[in-house]
Amino acid sequence: MALVSTPATLERAVPAMDNAEVLRIRNDFPVLGQHVNGQQLVYLDSGATSQNPLSVIEAEQEFYEQRNAAVHRGAHHLAVEATEVFEDARQTLADFIGADYAETVWTSNATEGLNLISYALSNATLWSAQGRGDARLRELAVGPGDQIVVTEMEHHANLIPWQELAFRTGATLRYIPIDDAGSLRLDVAAEILSSRTKVLAFTHASNVLGTINPVKELVALGRKAGALVVLDACQSAPHLPLDVKDLDVDFAVFSGHKMLAPTGIGVLYGKQDILDTLPPFLTGGSMITTVTMERAEYLPAPQRFEAGTQRISQAVALAAAANYLTETGLDRVHRWEAELGQRMVAGLEALPGIRVLGPAAGQERIGLAAFDVEGVHAHDVGQFLDSRGIAVRVGHHCAQPLHRRLGLTATTRASAYLYNTTDDVDAFLDAVAGVRSYFRV
Amino acid sequence: MSLDQLYQQIILDHSKARHGSGLAGTEAPLGASTGQSHQLNPVCGDEVTVRVAVEDGKVAQISWDGAGCSISMASASVLSELAEGLSVAELHGIIDSFREVLRSRGKVHADPEILGDAAAFEGVARYAARVKCAMISWVAAEDAVNQAAA
Repeated sequence: MALVSTPATLERAVPAMDNAEVLRIRNDFPVLGQHVNGQQLVYLDSGATSQNPLSVIEAEQEFYEQRNAAVHRGAHHLAVEATEVFEDARQTLADFIGADYAETVWTSNATEGLNLISYALSNATLWSAQGRGDARLRELAVGPGDQIVVTEMEHHANLIPWQELAFRTGATLRYIPIDDAGSLRLDVAAEILSSRTKVLAFTHASNVLGTINPVKELVALGRKAGALVVLDACQSAPHLPLDVKDLDVDFAVFSGHKMLAPTGIGVLYGKQDILDTLPPFLTGGSMITTVTMERAEYLPAPQRFEAGTQRISQAVALAAAANYLTETGLDRVHRWEAELGQRMVAGLEALPGIRVLGPAAGQERIGLAAFDVEGVHAHDVGQFLDSRGIAVRVGHHCAQPLHRRLGLTATTRASAYLYNTTDDVDAFLDAVAGVRSYFRV
Repeated sequence: MSLDQLYQQIILDHSKARHGSGLAGTEAPLGASTGQSHQLNPVCGDEVTVRVAVEDGKVAQISWDGAGCSISMASASVLSELAEGLSVAELHGIIDSFREVLRSRGKVHADPEILGDAAAFEGVARYAARVKCAMISWVAAEDAVNQAAA
């Protein structure tokens, strides 16, 4: 029988993840083996920060044990080795998101990446006003009458830098609303975006609603308006295959600590020509060509945006994390987590007095669910779950405007990763089922 | 430590039947001086507003409004029950005592003779993340009474 290899048969050829595989994966994560309050830890807070596999911890340790030196300076052996692994790590992350090497800038985290973009745009405005830079740079300037467009579902990290950019430049900040099911109102977006829109910034996947936004449709709207399109990939890069070139965004940011890496490292992707046109954000050593008493000339990206001694061991560890995810297969991780997300929502919806935010069961969502328990504050829900060894996030999840829009101040969020089993979700659901009776509601 | 030591019955009861809750319609007694303080916990969004009326050096009236977790709501309820009729100095005394217990990480025990029902919050001291929940209305009351007594 002739075997015809179509995309569909190829997809079937890759076995889906299951609990047995997840339990093997879990052995790579030392922290997950512990007991909390006498119970096996069930970690469902990866949306806030993820845990580290041994390969990541060892990559950072190995760097300090064998290669530690400042990069891009010094002619000695260790400096050369450190520079090599640091730049190899950059290539690994570039490959991880389908970017080119020089378009991949290290940051501390996504928050810094977004501040970098907003301050570089501020600087473009200041440079233009003083006649510094070329015509391309002047196109990036933001001023009164211009618009910056975000959405109602943004994390504060992808909101406040834009509020402040609007404040500094006199531009107007506008919001693409969501509907009650947690989807963006693209019809309204089309009305809001205009030729005065300089920036369109939105999240790929909501850290509260779990919604996956239609990036390509939004990019098309942004292109039509001539806006820079900024993608917050914090909840997507760790969980699903991300191809920034295919999505055609101008910028994308994400944090290492949400994708199995240590804190203190993140990535900013930017299209090469834009990065090389933008003025720098932080200035200092390692990002210059010529410095005189009066002024400095700057290197192209990525060094243009990497002033000072960099986060070298963290970058190396982040590359190890990206390799771990690539070897597991992000398409498989995505499907497994989607299954866990559906299990959460279906289970929560079946409980009395629970309101799940975002898409209903059966609708696409990533592997997280935020919910309100009628009559019980989220902090009390989280405390109750912690007593059962279950770690979740409580509060506004750095999305106060979204919570206000939904008529809530705080919710509880469970967020899964590739090391969570369906048993973890069931233990969580079982615990949530006991919350209201414990608090006499 | 078990969850029940944190969520003692007194706390669960007060979180439901909130004593002194509701600022609207509370007219301060004639001649009293009043103070009001709004406190917010940005971590969880809990907020409490406490209003205190002081007359002849005594807490003539205390009322509050707020939204938050069971610990913060019960704590405000217990406080308002305790505070009414105390002298300003006595109120400062129990606030100081409460704060000392809550900030002790469990090392200082609550004296029910001084703190009454508020002694039930002793267990909160063991949960660093929840200390602010228990303190928020007490901080507001301290600020409000300082204003009123000024």
